[in-house]
Amino acid sequence: MSTDVNVKMDAIPGLDPNAMPLQVKDLHVEFRTRNGIAHAVNGVSFDLQPGETRAILGESGCGKSVTAQAIMGILDTPPGFVTGGEILYRGVDLLKLPEAQRRKVRANKIAMIFQDALSALNPVFTVGFQLGELFRKHRGMSRKDAKARSIELLDLVKIPAARQRVNEYPHQFSGGMRQRVMIAMALALDPEVLIADEPTTALDVTVQAQIMALLAELQRERNMSLVLITHDMGVVADVADRISVMYAGRVIEEAPVNDIYASPAHPYTKGLLESIPRLDLKGQELSAIKGLPPVLTNIPRGCAFNPRCRYAQDVCRHDPPVPLYQVSSARTAACHFWKEVKGDE
Amino acid sequence: MSDYVLETRDLVKHFPLSQGIVFKKQVGAVRAVDGINLQLRRGETLGIVGESGCGKSTLARMLVGLETPTSGDLFVQGKNMAKMGGAERRRGRRNIQLVMQDPYTSLNPRMTVGDIVGEPFEVHTDVLPRDKRRARVQELLALVGLNPDHINRYPHQFSGGQRQRIGIARALALNPEIILCDEPVSALDVSIQAQVINLLEKLQDELGLSYIFIAHDLSVVRHIADRVAVMYLGKVVEIGTEDEIYENPTHPYTQALLSAVPVPDPRLRGLRDQIVLTGDVPSPANPPSGCRFRTRCWKAQDICAEKEPVLEPQAKSPHPSACHFAEVRDVVHAAE
Amino acid sequence: MSDLTSAGTAIGGAPVGGDGPAPETPETGGKDHNASLWADARRQLVRDPVFMLSFLYVLVVGSMAAFPSLWTSQDPRACSTDRSRIPPSGDHPFGFDILGCDYYSHAIYGARPSMIIAIMATGAMVLIGGGLGLLAGYYGGWVDTIISRVMDIFLSLPFLLGAIVFLTVIKRQNPYTIAMVLFLLTWPVIARIIRGSVISGKDLDYVQAARAVGAGNGRLMFRHILPNAIAPMLVYATIVLGAFVAAEATLTFLGVGLQPPAQSWGIMISVHQVYFLEDPWLLLFPCGLLVGTVLSFILMGDALRDALDPKFR
Repeated sequence: MSTDVNVKMDAIPGLDPNAMPLQVKDLHVEFRTRNGIAHAVNGVSFDLQPGETRAILGESGCGKSVTAQAIMGILDTPPGFVTGGEILYRGVDLLKLPEAQRRKVRANKIAMIFQDALSALNPVFTVGFQLGELFRKHRGMSRKDAKARSIELLDLVKIPAARQRVNEYPHQFSGGMRQRVMIAMALALDPEVLIADEPTTALDVTVQAQIMALLAELQRERNMSLVLITHDMGVVADVADRISVMYAGRVIEEAPVNDIYASPAHPYTKGLLESIPRLDLKGQELSAIKGLPPVLTNIPRGCAFNPRCRYAQDVCRHDPPVPLYQVSSARTAACHFWKEVKGDE
Repeated sequence: MSDYVLETRDLVKHFPLSQGIVFKKQVGAVRAVDGINLQLRRGETLGIVGESGCGKSTLARMLVGLETPTSGDLFVQGKNMAKMGGAERRRGRRNIQLVMQDPYTSLNPRMTVGDIVGEPFEVHTDVLPRDKRRARVQELLALVGLNPDHINRYPHQFSGGQRQRIGIARALALNPEIILCDEPVSALDVSIQAQVINLLEKLQDELGLSYIFIAHDLSVVRHIADRVAVMYLGKVVEIGTEDEIYENPTHPYTQALLSAVPVPDPRLRGLRDQIVLTGDVPSPANPPSGCRFRTRCWKAQDICAEKEPVLEPQAKSPHPSACHFAEVRDVVHAAE
Repeated sequence: MSDLTSAGTAIGGAPVGGDGPAPETPETGGKDHNASLWADARRQLVRDPVFMLSFLYVLVVGSMAAFPSLWTSQDPRACSTDRSRIPPSGDHPFGFDILGCDYYSHAIYGARPSMIIAIMATGAMVLIGGGLGLLAGYYGGWVDTIISRVMDIFLSLPFLLGAIVFLTVIKRQNPYTIAMVLFLLTWPVIARIIRGSVISGKDLDYVQAARAVGAGNGRLMFRHILPNAIAPMLVYATIVLGAFVAAEATLTFLGVGLQPPAQSWGIMISVHQVYFLEDPWLLLFPCGLLVGTVLSFILMGDALRDALDPKFR
């Protein structure tokens, strides 16, 4: 796979091959709309080790996809603006790089796959053409070589009869196969970081199992880092190493996967885990988190979760839990009462 | 028959495939639903699970009268809806109402909540005199946990969970016996799903409703259903109580389906007995001979291609399972 | 993806109440949005200066057409050849035309035929074309096949050539025949728009929901499907009004439209085209009025489309 012409990255000053492949520091994104400023991301930080899987868990509107779009530089601007923070690739802040270099890093080193594979692929070109275009454009390959590489890639993502299917159009593929094509496109240029935004949400469970198994295998083979953005607690439990739980544009809890499921330290995480239907509670009411997520133009003062929180005290209504509380050496939580939450099992 | 509020007998829906623009000729059929026998008891919740293309949505559309069956019978409270004419069928329809999947598209954005929930009364004018309708709508809103004073608001002023409550209130308007829930929570966030499921269970207790609950989320179905039917390519392949299906599945497809569901417990990672199926679901226009699952099944033998297995209790399956080699395999607990 | 869109909706629609099992009082963020799409659109249009200016212009032209005596006390037919082509002055702001008639009052009275033709043709187009489009889209099958083929036939007639041939053949060139010709040659356009939005509309979830409740065809069409098809039709109809004003002038200029002694902007342009070099104002006034009217309708249509499209807010 790595017979590629190596891309010249040394032109970028400050690039440190030993630094982490991706590090996000205090990222802020806002959307300027006619109804006011929506604070979509309010100080998100996380880092990613080589080969690591980081899950970003949250419900719709929590800012998880916007974070990914900011990293990829595909934010709709306007109305979306990155208003602060750093996005570091191997120690270099992408936000401060000149446009051409930034694009080069993003094209070659960070790739993304989306939930809706059908709309992410161009319907009027064959799958082979779209894959081949990447090689022609970024690797300067000839048409023939590019096609050969496309077939190799389709084989790699286990699409049967790749040699024939390379000439088909996206609509001729089933949902699961389309997602495979998108993974092939994302892997084409050998990225170090893959961002997967709800990659299996639109798929059936048996297909989801296939795709997640494929992703895990490819990640292992290439020692690639994976950012998995999802709302599915089950998928996260299956694949993630570390988890960042997001709420109202902030990371409210960050921990290794086992710790979070064993003893959540934030009431929101705890509520999410409790609202999953469980065997032993059949016939009983599910425990639901009351109320609604906040509107991003009008996030509550203090802790954003306080109106829905059963632990909330006066301090939660006034002081945001910033900086994060260090729960243990490897985990943090944004809750004044994390001890009570964690202990109260 | 009187035990059942709803019963289907060999219900079939084929969509003809035709070629040509002027002189159309039928060249085949998509066998979306191919002979379904189901019974629903009073006060019971029957879960129907299956993946996209298995025919569960077409079945749902037939049950609520959005689609006419190609053949077979559909009894609602002992009356055969499939053999009824227009007016009588409209009447019969009152007994079975629908809650749809997407709360953002299933409410007319240009109608107020009062108009939406009250529409069934406008269609079935004999149910309630005009002057009592508004009060009834407000009662319904209160019943599903919405503020009755919001009757003049528009759908876009509500959140997803609240909209789904509006959809439920509309389904309740005609006092139906049966509510068909077609993926009622899959478009909602996890924390909101629990609220809506709790509401559905509360309504069932209070009003004595019978539910048909169609979903692809197996854990939600397990929580709410008394009995579960598993569908594959237009047929029910296994049916039983919630315990039988989840604890002792005997059909290979059910086993694969259950094993594919991710479990929200990282300690079980890598320990579960996960069956990863190969290939895609075959086209319903041209299903495999014999057993429809045989092309993806690890147990398949020659007999599977020759003889279609019948949905009935088998030697090693006390509950009905359409497999020649039905046998219990404990996929959910394998790791514990 | 899900994030962005839902952030968008959360911003757009003010949230009300909680999702808790207990009814809660609304905690509206700011002003109360107890409004429909149309009310929202109206509020946005009132604040749009381009729309308001265009609207004002159209109102002025409309009042010229309806009540010309409001705008001038002169009789456009009181002519005297010794005043031929006298340039504009205080009493006669547009001067006099070739026959020595007051040009300003001619321009005022000339608005009426243009507007009548445009309104009649557009009205017929919306009612008949829209109705046929609705039937074709809703019922599909052979109804759709027949209506669509007829539409194709009419659409295949070249507009200008068709109009010239029609008007030359029928020989009676009054506002009614011109409106009819314009309608005949353009109705399929609006029928197609309606047919398209009806086809995409009839499979919407809430239409299916109403059908599941037992709603009949009439209710489904007029209560659920048509209201969503009206917005694109309205936008198009507004733009078409402008186009028809221009079309009337074009046909008149070509000699197959209205004929003198009728009064219209097209006649003013056609009669005075040869004097452009010596007395350009004879052409500039009617052309200015015409272009202003057409432009106003088009700008109104654009603003309307933005206001009625929820994606733009």
